Amino acid sequence: MMKLSFEVNGTPCDLAEIDTRTTLLDALREHLRLTGTKKGCDHGQCGACTVLVNGTRINSCLSLAVQHHGDRITTIEGLGTPGALHPMQAAFVRHDGYQCGYCTPGQICSAVAVLAEIEAGVPSHVTADLGAAPPLTNLEIRERMSGNICRCGAYSNIVDAMAEVAGVKA
Amino acid sequence: MKFEHPAGLNPIDRLTVVGRPVDRIDGPLKTTGTALYAHERHDVAPNQAYGVVVGAAIARGRVETIDVRAARAAPGVLAVVTTLDVPRLGRGRMNYAYLFGGAEIQHYHQAIAVVVAETFEQARAAAALIRADYTPEQGRFDLAAEAGHAPLHGDGDEPVHRVGDFETAFAAAPVTLDRTYTTPDQSHVMIEPHATVAVWDGDRLTLWTSNQMIAWSKKAVADILGMPAEKVRVVSPYVGGGFGGKLFVRADAVLAALGAKAAGRPVRVALTRPLVINNTTHRPATIQRIRIGAERDGRITAIAHESTSGNLPDGSPETAVAQTKLLYAGAARMIAMRLARLDLPEGNAMRAPGEAPGMMALEIAIDEMAEALGLDPVEFRIRNDTQVDPAHPGRPFSYRDLVGCLRLGAERFGWSARDPKPASVRDGRWLIGLGVAAGFRNNLLTKSSARVELDRHGVVTVSTDMTDIGTGSYTIIAQTAAEMLGVGLEKVVVRLGDSDFPASAGSGGQWGANNATAGVYAACVRLRDAVARKLGLNATDIDFADGEVMSGDRRVPLGEAAGEGLSAEDGIEYGSLAKDYQQSTFAGHFVEVAVDAHTGETRLRRMLAVCSAGRILNPKSARSQVIGAMTMGAGAALMEKLSVDTRRGFFVNHDLAGYEVPVHADIPHQEVIFLDEADPISSPMKAKGVGELGLCGVGAAIANAIYNATGVRVRDYPITLDTYLDRLPRPA
Amino acid sequence: MKPFTYERPTTPAAAAAAVTRRPDAKFIAGGTNLLDLMKLQIETPGHLVDVQDLRLDTIEATDDGGLRIGARVTNTALASDPRVRRDYGVLARAILAGASGQLRNKATTAGNLLQRTRCPYFYDTYQPCNKRQPGSGCAAIGGYGRPLAVIGGSDACIATHPSDMAVALRLLDARVETVTADGTTRAIPIADFHRLPGDTPHVETALARGELITAVTLPKPLGGTHVYRKVRDRASYAFALVSVAAVIRPDGTGRVALGGVAPKPWRAEAAEAELPSGAKAVADALLAGARPTADNAFKLPLVERTIAAAISDARE
Repeated sequence: MMKLSFEVNGTPCDLAEIDTRTTLLDALREHLRLTGTKKGCDHGQCGACTVLVNGTRINSCLSLAVQHHGDRITTIEGLGTPGALHPMQAAFVRHDGYQCGYCTPGQICSAVAVLAEIEAGVPSHVTADLGAAPPLTNLEIRERMSGNICRCGAYSNIVDAMAEVAGVKA
Repeated sequence: MKFEHPAGLNPIDRLTVVGRPVDRIDGPLKTTGTALYAHERHDVAPNQAYGVVVGAAIARGRVETIDVRAARAAPGVLAVVTTLDVPRLGRGRMNYAYLFGGAEIQHYHQAIAVVVAETFEQARAAAALIRADYTPEQGRFDLAAEAGHAPLHGDGDEPVHRVGDFETAFAAAPVTLDRTYTTPDQSHVMIEPHATVAVWDGDRLTLWTSNQMIAWSKKAVADILGMPAEKVRVVSPYVGGGFGGKLFVRADAVLAALGAKAAGRPVRVALTRPLVINNTTHRPATIQRIRIGAERDGRITAIAHESTSGNLPDGSPETAVAQTKLLYAGAARMIAMRLARLDLPEGNAMRAPGEAPGMMALEIAIDEMAEALGLDPVEFRIRNDTQVDPAHPGRPFSYRDLVGCLRLGAERFGWSARDPKPASVRDGRWLIGLGVAAGFRNNLLTKSSARVELDRHGVVTVSTDMTDIGTGSYTIIAQTAAEMLGVGLEKVVVRLGDSDFPASAGSGGQWGANNATAGVYAACVRLRDAVARKLGLNATDIDFADGEVMSGDRRVPLGEAAGEGLSAEDGIEYGSLAKDYQQSTFAGHFVEVAVDAHTGETRLRRMLAVCSAGRILNPKSARSQVIGAMTMGAGAALMEKLSVDTRRGFFVNHDLAGYEVPVHADIPHQEVIFLDEADPISSPMKAKGVGELGLCGVGAAIANAIYNATGVRVRDYPITLDTYLDRLPRPA
Repeated sequence: MKPFTYERPTTPAAAAAAVTRRPDAKFIAGGTNLLDLMKLQIETPGHLVDVQDLRLDTIEATDDGGLRIGARVTNTALASDPRVRRDYGVLARAILAGASGQLRNKATTAGNLLQRTRCPYFYDTYQPCNKRQPGSGCAAIGGYGRPLAVIGGSDACIATHPSDMAVALRLLDARVETVTADGTTRAIPIADFHRLPGDTPHVETALARGELITAVTLPKPLGGTHVYRKVRDRASYAFALVSVAAVIRPDGTGRVALGGVAPKPWRAEAAEAELPSGAKAVADALLAGARPTADNAFKLPLVERTIAAAISDARE
């Protein structure tokens, strides 16, 4: 058992006693009851648990909560609410970029991060010229979103939603 | 309401809300993570404990002893229940594997224990301390080895379905094909694993779970646990994907209930990924032989489709031959299935059971036959269209425009530019090919009920145990009620997935949309009557629009008409229209692939589906159903396969790294076109299903495109590069 | 997952000492593989030593014109570094071909080297596995072998090493720098870092207990065209069936290393002499003595075809 303090969606959180075995995902879902972050596989193989840690997207299932002492966590609940959607959330609704909704929070967290990663010049597997800034293309978006599995198969619509937010043609 | 005659004009035909591509009403909840799925129901009961299920380590035999001492003594453990603590429990009536109880092990990862603890971490650690001793028995795990002596398994009364004399007609045909195709075992792997919170209140049990079929499952829980169905409540308002894998009650629900009883606390259980794959159900593998004989002009004169699959004792076959009874003309027909006994996990329904693997085979065969005849594969299909059930020529299709799907699809996709000679188009390192296949899936009718309430603010609340598994049920039900009662969508509240609500069709077999909305239609008709009665109006001379009830010059706001509130409940039931007419849905699937000339990797470039599926209730969510199905079809064609260890009897690749499904990078932009139609024979909604249609045939379109790209015909799915690398010509 | 205690030392030697002190201790960095395995009770440490407060997260030029990559540099940071993108394209490409964006953001350079096999039998604790439980046998041999090794395996184990990054590091002749509890440092050539299974498949690297990786160094850049071709069933987020890392010079000479075929990144310097003769000669030399199973024999022709693809890519 250990103490843990971090910031979640702008709010400081102190967990007086947390089992060292608790993943960041389970700390969010079970301790803080922020169940918007989903558990799909618990092994880094689906991406449903994607959150932003200090602005960077990771799989929260493959991270111990105690490793995040002092970190700044953003979950889907921190992006927007039903009454005040984040532009990416609104674009997902408009483009029907989801079906069952279970992978959706992870897709949206990743989508927000992917646009930021392209903006920051992080290359990807499909970036043709490693010496240049990666272009914002359909192919780049698809490659970078590939860590988020949607078994319902909303991919084509998700890419449309992201392209709209990014202001490009999918 | 009994639906016995083709629908005439009704309020739905106004299409002011129905038929519009409105955003899903549950969208804001799903995109903000505020829709609550089963394992997230902290809100339904305090003091919930965590259960972890332990699976069997052998595929067949008996578990002799289970040592739970270390687990019981582990920190935080509240209860341990093992399969040896209880006699074998009952089964749901559509299931073949027993979920718990007794010593017999029928398949790998069958549940043998549940450990309940204060925290998830404690329960998981204690579960790992359980030690079981087994007496293994030799099992049968290899479909190919069992296929040769598998007995016939009829579909209905007859062991073999025959029309005319197939053998004679086939022998006489100038052009013939006789090929065997295989499809592998597949897993639903919905992203939300099976999960349940079980809460006992005395002898009453409530399960907050993830389930497609609430009424079936309420009954199944009662049967399995040996309790009256009235004491069981099943609640499932959000389902994180099902695809048939959540049609039934699974071990999570049963063991949450048993664990909760033993611990005296509410208990939450989710299955781990390996258990989702080896503990629940899967789509069984098939071996399919297809024979087609045709005249030189391309008319099919003889067609036979035989399929062998396996299952546990009492199991049923994968009905991969189903579509071949209906899809194409041909005077002489033979259809048969064989069922092998296998000791693998239970084979059962996965999205479009039967047609999904059946069309994967049949539509390659049709492509091969077209080539043998020197006909364009679109034209060959058109030439063999039938407007009647070939076995019963007096029984027409209610509506069938397969020809329209193929023609429009060919035009939109640029089919005429396709070079029919394989391996003739190259784009850099890529070999390019186009493929086509028909899509076909039956439209099934089943009764469905709902309750509709109107309050004094004019708010309409629909309650039904229908589920929304990503299909868009919430939205199309709201659209139906809004259309029927003349209110905006913002005035409609939809409550789903609770066995306390009227029983619906549920989500399966692509029957949900048409039947569930038809049930809501029926309840709304009754509510309209109640409003008319209350206002002293003639129900036949009354209109509901703009939030008002109108009759002659009289206009009454709906809320005012409701007074203290009105409620109506009714459902749809069907007469003999499904017997008098064959009801099916149709598609033309078109695909462009690129195959790496060196490595044989296949990547999809374009996909188009043109669908003939009755009235489309919401083109936005219906389109999503189709693209999702096309994506699953791409997985089936190119990568999805549960690999069987035929010595040890289990699916080896039992996680999402080993069982690959398509990711974003695999799926190009997808186009869907719905033909503008309505089928008055299907229901008052004049709609049919589309959720499975999009899957049926798309795999074969991909296979045919690979053939067009490479000249290599692959008849074994999935078409991974190792299935044909030895036949792929070396790049120049 | 077994209960464990947790600490975060602040110096490499202290971290090494912390792991040396307790036989059941392990280092944790990104955790993307270790936690995966701990949840399945494949790894069962009683104590975790988190290295996140050690610096070790910079990439610096070395005196001999190469780069020193801190052990904690994430896969994303390494693949994004302008020097790596310019001078070690094969490394950037290999990293970007692996896992997903989320995983690369978390996974570290040292952790990537230490990741364990994806053999499905290793992952199922009900199955015998000499790597997981020495002496228990190997269920993979005679079983589902499609993803497994065609060369370098033994009668005890045919697992493959899953890393893409390590294949590029092997090609580049990287060295792995370490420190032990007493402050002793050494640099292990990457060729000697991963071990073949032989009779002891559970021993996977040359590291001693408690020995901590502090950095990976790259020699000065190799001229030529850098190529990484990864062949897999789906287009992304999948382990390699076969991968080829290559640096090809304009005269047709160069280097080749393979992933997905062996228990370690697979390279044979002698085989590289065959490069001017074409892919078949290289593949034959690299895979001499291969012992594939029935369901992974396709990897042999696939290696040849993928080398041909890499040569062809380099010419473009």
